[in-house]
Amino acid sequence: MSAIDYGEKIPNNVNLSEDRTLQRALEQWQPRYLDWWDDMGPDGSRDLDVYLRTAVSVDPSGWAQFGYVKMPEYRWGIFLNPAEKDRKIHFGEHKGEDAWQDVPGEYRANLRRIIVTQGDTEPASVEQQRHLGRTAPSLYDLRNLFQVNVEEGRHLWAMVYLLHKYFGRDGREEGEALLERRSGQQDNPRILQAFNEETPDWLSFFMFTYFTDRDGKFQLCALAESSFDPLARTTRFMLTEEAHHMFVGESGVSRVIQRTCQVMRELKTDDPALLRAAGVIDLPTIQRYLNFHFSVTIDLFGADESSNAAIFYNTGLKGRFEEGKRDDDHQLKGVGYKVLQPRGNRLVEAEVPMLNALNEVLRDDYIRDSIAGVERWNKVIEKAGIAFRLRAPHKAFHRNIGSLAGVKVSPEGQVVSEGEWAAKVDQWLPSASDRVFVASLMGRVAEPGKFANWIAPPAMGINRQPVDFRYVRFN
Amino acid sequence: MDQPAASVIKQHLIDPEICIRCNTCESTCPVGAITHDSRNYVVDPDKCKACMACIPPCPTGSIDNWRTMPRARAYSVVEQLGWDALPPELSARQLTEAGEAAAAAAVRQSETSSQPAVAPGAETFSSAAFSAVVPPWSAAHPFTSLYGPKAAEASVTATVAGNVRVTEAGKDYDTHHIVLDFGTMPFPVLEGQSIGIIPPGTDDSGRPHHPRQYSLASPRNGERPGYNNVSLTVKRVLEDHQGSPVRGLASNYLCDLEVGDKVQVVGPFGTTFLMPNHPKSHIVMICTGTGSAPMRAMTEWRRRLRHSGKFEGGKLLLFFGARSKEELPYFGPLQSLPKDFIDINLAFSRIPGAPRRYVQDLIRTRAADVAPLLADPNAYFYVCGLKAMEEGVLLALRDVAEGAGLNWDAVAKALKRDGRLHLETY
Repeated sequence: MSAIDYGEKIPNNVNLSEDRTLQRALEQWQPRYLDWWDDMGPDGSRDLDVYLRTAVSVDPSGWAQFGYVKMPEYRWGIFLNPAEKDRKIHFGEHKGEDAWQDVPGEYRANLRRIIVTQGDTEPASVEQQRHLGRTAPSLYDLRNLFQVNVEEGRHLWAMVYLLHKYFGRDGREEGEALLERRSGQQDNPRILQAFNEETPDWLSFFMFTYFTDRDGKFQLCALAESSFDPLARTTRFMLTEEAHHMFVGESGVSRVIQRTCQVMRELKTDDPALLRAAGVIDLPTIQRYLNFHFSVTIDLFGADESSNAAIFYNTGLKGRFEEGKRDDDHQLKGVGYKVLQPRGNRLVEAEVPMLNALNEVLRDDYIRDSIAGVERWNKVIEKAGIAFRLRAPHKAFHRNIGSLAGVKVSPEGQVVSEGEWAAKVDQWLPSASDRVFVASLMGRVAEPGKFANWIAPPAMGINRQPVDFRYVRFN
Repeated sequence: MDQPAASVIKQHLIDPEICIRCNTCESTCPVGAITHDSRNYVVDPDKCKACMACIPPCPTGSIDNWRTMPRARAYSVVEQLGWDALPPELSARQLTEAGEAAAAAAVRQSETSSQPAVAPGAETFSSAAFSAVVPPWSAAHPFTSLYGPKAAEASVTATVAGNVRVTEAGKDYDTHHIVLDFGTMPFPVLEGQSIGIIPPGTDDSGRPHHPRQYSLASPRNGERPGYNNVSLTVKRVLEDHQGSPVRGLASNYLCDLEVGDKVQVVGPFGTTFLMPNHPKSHIVMICTGTGSAPMRAMTEWRRRLRHSGKFEGGKLLLFFGARSKEELPYFGPLQSLPKDFIDINLAFSRIPGAPRRYVQDLIRTRAADVAPLLADPNAYFYVCGLKAMEEGVLLALRDVAEGAGLNWDAVAKALKRDGRLHLETY
């Protein structure tokens, strides 16, 4: 494993100094990146000392170094997991051949598109979350938000490195464009729709990090199988960081639930009005937020039948989740897969070639993983002795991509009329008044160890620090 | 006899209540010791080399959990996959027994959830350094594990012969005195031993519940002298150690039993927390709440001996703590014991308007009487109750010893070596 040269402007373990052209290109990109961070990064955070984790190498001892950092001075670096000797391509038509250390000409356009699409989500989420620091429910949460932000920034670095290193001038232009698009902007939006939605409050943020960053995990896992070895090694390391983001989401929602249950028991009520008056988020509102984020996120996996997905797999660019752990022929010849399709007023399963349904395969893996976490939230409710269960909505609920787009389906999976949908949508998705209420709870709590009324403290601190540690210092 | 070092391991475990199943540890582990199913991520004790590679990458901190376990009894992968919460650390006594009696394999003492994480860097207090692993020299020989997974019979059926509440009615705190009769089935026991109760039904994953351990509250010749029965002191668990609401499975099952109901029992267990039987041997009993069960058993045995007029007992000194006298099990019967038979000291920590008093405060108050007993080879100390009391009690004993000019290190060593100090906490 190569050591990181701290004398260099850009910490890396890819021997950047040996490739002068690349190094200069990245050194030119770096100030542009910092300008972007100043413009679009966390609002009002410039002079804060934040207790952050910085990767200084990819081995277990080096990649989680904790200390106070001012975020613009965070050392965004380039890290690849160690190379696996003689790695072979393990799926698709090139199965058995050596993994590629460079981009094959015929797959150049598709690989670039995959990398740009992944890369675009990273700065997008930083933009979506940039005002949340103003209303953090504790220093602990503020720190976690910033950790997520700097690591999304590092993930952008990881993708830009690949673009600069392997895609020449096209790649450099794409690197620029990644800094120019803006989440939610009309004339130059981010590529994927979920990344143009607002993240207006902390419940949305926790739901986003739970559901949408988990999409990130599954996409990265699929790319970590790639025949293009630098992409596989880069995404493997990104996954380690992504885990923190999902932790923020899972534990965040769990703490909101825990606090609500506590107040429900104290007041002996499940009346949302009384609970809202007591300053906590009632469980039905949490369910509606869950419905929204779940459904918006599963759209990210793309159309249920996609020839692109088939091509990406067949050519070895993008595998399935845990491709290496599956025992089939890894070429999927003649294998079928069931996808849901609307037929009149009901949903039916139709068998299609698995190769064309790979988006659906990944989506189903994602759904399984997501539901497991929802069940862990239910344990919190159960433990409080409250008879209420959160549920992930039906896969066809509130979909805007693929064959289910346009058909109105209830969270239970019943096709409903436009009229019924309109009548019930406020029971199923967060209404304007739900969002106003949740927003009304938001306000910064900046005293160490103190938490906003609507959220419980975490079970333990970061890096074995106590919960009342001063995770962020205001200067 | 201490366990040989190699037979006890620090077992690496993952807290299923905090873990988010992100797979980071599994992909980091250099030896493939971490595995998972749809429910839990777990560490294979046969593969883990404690290299710590997985500790820093874990985003949650759930990875950093360790339990001292006899190697032969290490929690298996299958066992861990079934967990909803980490089991508590075994007490010194359980650890010893677990090493000695394989049948205890299925027994877990507490039915409440995992303990709070130990503060980072803090030197953790270990009762194992103080608790004797041998019984008093005059202890009677115990029978153990007559029923259990390694015995000829997996369990024995007992019949409920009585179930009465022993704390004042109307309080949240609900403690029951339950009498179990074994009929003609052999079930010989000694004071200080415990038994395991198997709650009926299966857990979430369809496996039978593991047995829950309870100390006996009755002496060796039966709750009713001459009958083949035993009694238990069971507090209805309605919250866990952190105060979060949870209905204890076994305790609620037991508290709701009616006379005539049948109960599946394993055991008996326990080879060290046993009373001395030689004349003029003294017993110092320190307990809280249902930790009074073994103290009641020993006291009752001595009371019966005294009643027979054929045994010259030593002093009995009791330090008993509860939140209030209404919550003190056996409060009424205790008051009727003669003063020259037992010296009773009660500490209440939640009396409105009164300062909080704990058992360790009483021990310090009675230093003049406790110190000579610490130095007396015929005096035996028993501590039973919540884990949180252990450290405070030992600190109080240390202060008493040092206040009397004794060398605490030497005293503590002798107490342990001679089977004179027994800790049983949960």
